[in-house]
Amino acid sequence: MVLWAPDWPIVAVESSASTPAAVLHKGQVLACSQAARAEGVRRGMRRRDAQSRCPGLALHDYNPDADARAFEAVLTAIEELSPGVAPLRPGLCAINVPARFYGGEAEAAAIIAERLVRLGVWDVRAGIADGLFAAEQAARRALAQDSLVVPAGGSAQFLRDLPIDALDDLVGAPPASSASGGMVGLLRRMGLLTLGDFAALSPADVHTRFGTHGELLHRMARGLNPQPISRRQVPPEFEATLMLEPPLDLAEQIAFSVRTTAEKFVTDLAGHGLVCTTVLIEVDTDGSLATSRRWMHPRWFGPTDLVDRVRWQLQVDGAIRAPVDAVRLIPEVTEPLGDHADSLFGGGPDERVERGVARVQSIVGHEAVVSVSVQGGRGPGERQLLVPWGERPVAARAVGLPWPGSLPPPAPATVYTEPQQAMVVGAEGQAIGVTGRGMVTGEPARFRAAAGQDWQPVASWAGPWPVDDQWWDEAAARRIARFQVVGVDGSAYLMIVERGHWWIEAKYD
Amino acid sequence: MTVAPAPSLDELRARVDQMQGRPAAQPVATHPAFAGLLQLQTGSSYAVDSASLAMALMAGPSADGAWCGVVGSAEFGLEAAAAAGVELRRTILVPAPGEAWLEVTAALIDVLGVVVVAAPADISGKDVSRISARLRQRGGVLIAYGDWPRCDARVSLRDAEWVGLGRGHGHLQARRVTVEVRRGAGPARTGQLWLPDQAQVIRRAEVQPVQLRSVS
Repeated sequence: MVLWAPDWPIVAVESSASTPAAVLHKGQVLACSQAARAEGVRRGMRRRDAQSRCPGLALHDYNPDADARAFEAVLTAIEELSPGVAPLRPGLCAINVPARFYGGEAEAAAIIAERLVRLGVWDVRAGIADGLFAAEQAARRALAQDSLVVPAGGSAQFLRDLPIDALDDLVGAPPASSASGGMVGLLRRMGLLTLGDFAALSPADVHTRFGTHGELLHRMARGLNPQPISRRQVPPEFEATLMLEPPLDLAEQIAFSVRTTAEKFVTDLAGHGLVCTTVLIEVDTDGSLATSRRWMHPRWFGPTDLVDRVRWQLQVDGAIRAPVDAVRLIPEVTEPLGDHADSLFGGGPDERVERGVARVQSIVGHEAVVSVSVQGGRGPGERQLLVPWGERPVAARAVGLPWPGSLPPPAPATVYTEPQQAMVVGAEGQAIGVTGRGMVTGEPARFRAAAGQDWQPVASWAGPWPVDDQWWDEAAARRIARFQVVGVDGSAYLMIVERGHWWIEAKYD
Repeated sequence: MTVAPAPSLDELRARVDQMQGRPAAQPVATHPAFAGLLQLQTGSSYAVDSASLAMALMAGPSADGAWCGVVGSAEFGLEAAAAAGVELRRTILVPAPGEAWLEVTAALIDVLGVVVVAAPADISGKDVSRISARLRQRGGVLIAYGDWPRCDARVSLRDAEWVGLGRGHGHLQARRVTVEVRRGAGPARTGQLWLPDQAQVIRRAEVQPVQLRSVS
């Protein structure tokens, strides 16, 4: 049985079929909705022509990935009813008819169509025949939400009257492509207008003239299509669960018990040539979910890494209030083992460093040991990226962007986590500020880096460099102006002025 | 008949150390800007008074493949460290070890090549000798930011001159400093360094010859 959802690219981009819409690929209409077709829009039409036929046409770009993603939901729904779906292309899939279970071929098609309509796919058509090609042609000739059944052995009979253009659909390629397009045109020019005419030729002649591909098409046209459908493998279940009976409430005990589960989890994945790089750990207490956290590994998870993550997750204060009765390890991202093979000279941090750092983590806690890198941002504090050791650094902001308002190098060697309060005054001791238009109100003459320190004359200074950060967000908006100030003793500071107060953001020491 | 050349004093010392079962102090890759001023050695501790000096000292071993750790300093400027030549992928930070800073430092010395520690003011002599023993045993290098009793060398900055900043215009571009290295009670060695220069590279500053200008 072949299931066909017409105009799948349209279904994938928008759900309502009432407005005229079309999907464009390379400036040509690849698919259009029923409403657009009624206005005269056709496949293969150029953008201008389509718009002139139907001014209200909503145009979308062709996105094969989005199509495939949207179709994945359909495949999953069908798989629930009958396993072994073979996706042919987005919008078209084949299954072996579960006729006996549902009491007939047409009945099975009706049940699947009903399920898909409930999913929101209104226009789905089923074709049932001996071979894939005949079934697809039957599906194209079925009515919406209905099926067309070609009786067993009747494929050749069914195909005989179809136009030769039907071979175009078989290849599944975009229109007017490659070899078969040329071949169909040639057949038509030879006067073979129906599949029946083509099928009447002798196979040997077809092979001599058109080669192997032509012979394959000929077999299809004759209704001999022994080509079995290649079924989609149901993805194996890698989730590992540890049930604790009786429930435990000490993190160390649980971590000890979870070791064998973690080992099984890793070996199961390795058996399929996979490693897990992101895992979701869920912990149940009293039969309900207590904590769940996603962990990303800089490389991939081994059994000890998983045990560590479970322990860290449980050691967070307040994570377990009641005895734990289940721990689940759910692989979120898996990657092929081959991508992560150790290189000749080892990859990532060496074992000794990892062990030593694990010891430090056991002293001060998991979050207190961090690995570091630089991310994008305007202020020096925003550019620091600290990630707990053992987690993958994910920069919130790309470092390569221009970041207008950021300062040119050199970068300050000391970046305060909390700005330090400072005082800057002019020659007469008057307070120095920045006006609303970004002008400094006087020349800074003396400054004090901390409340208890002595006043120091300013040797040189520059600024203000105003930054109007996130003005669109009332809560996060900040208007500051940055200054660089160097004292006579050579100490240099990066200061900010916010609402008339001076702060030291970083120090060039 | 040829006579083998007499071993030098350093070679003899190394041999004695070897016989005593103590690993000899090995030279550690040091940033070329410090040539003639300071050569880092395994098992030694150094005190610096500026964060950028600590980064410049870390840069040599870090670029050479050593792992570095920074204990007790959440203010460590990562971008400046990367610009100085510290490989951030091989750098571990323990920003707030709290009371456990001594255990953390000792544990990191066990596995890392260079450990930078922002030492608290009230460090006791007993702790220092324990750390020093661990350093000699493991062949690590300790760079203390702040004061560190009985260190092998004290490196300090003097006479910092900034280039590029005027009164109300320009921006900081380069810094020329005098670095002073003091070992024990001996005389200090000094050298002029760009820390960093206009291209953000740390290098020795040529001492400019005195130029006479004709005045009428």
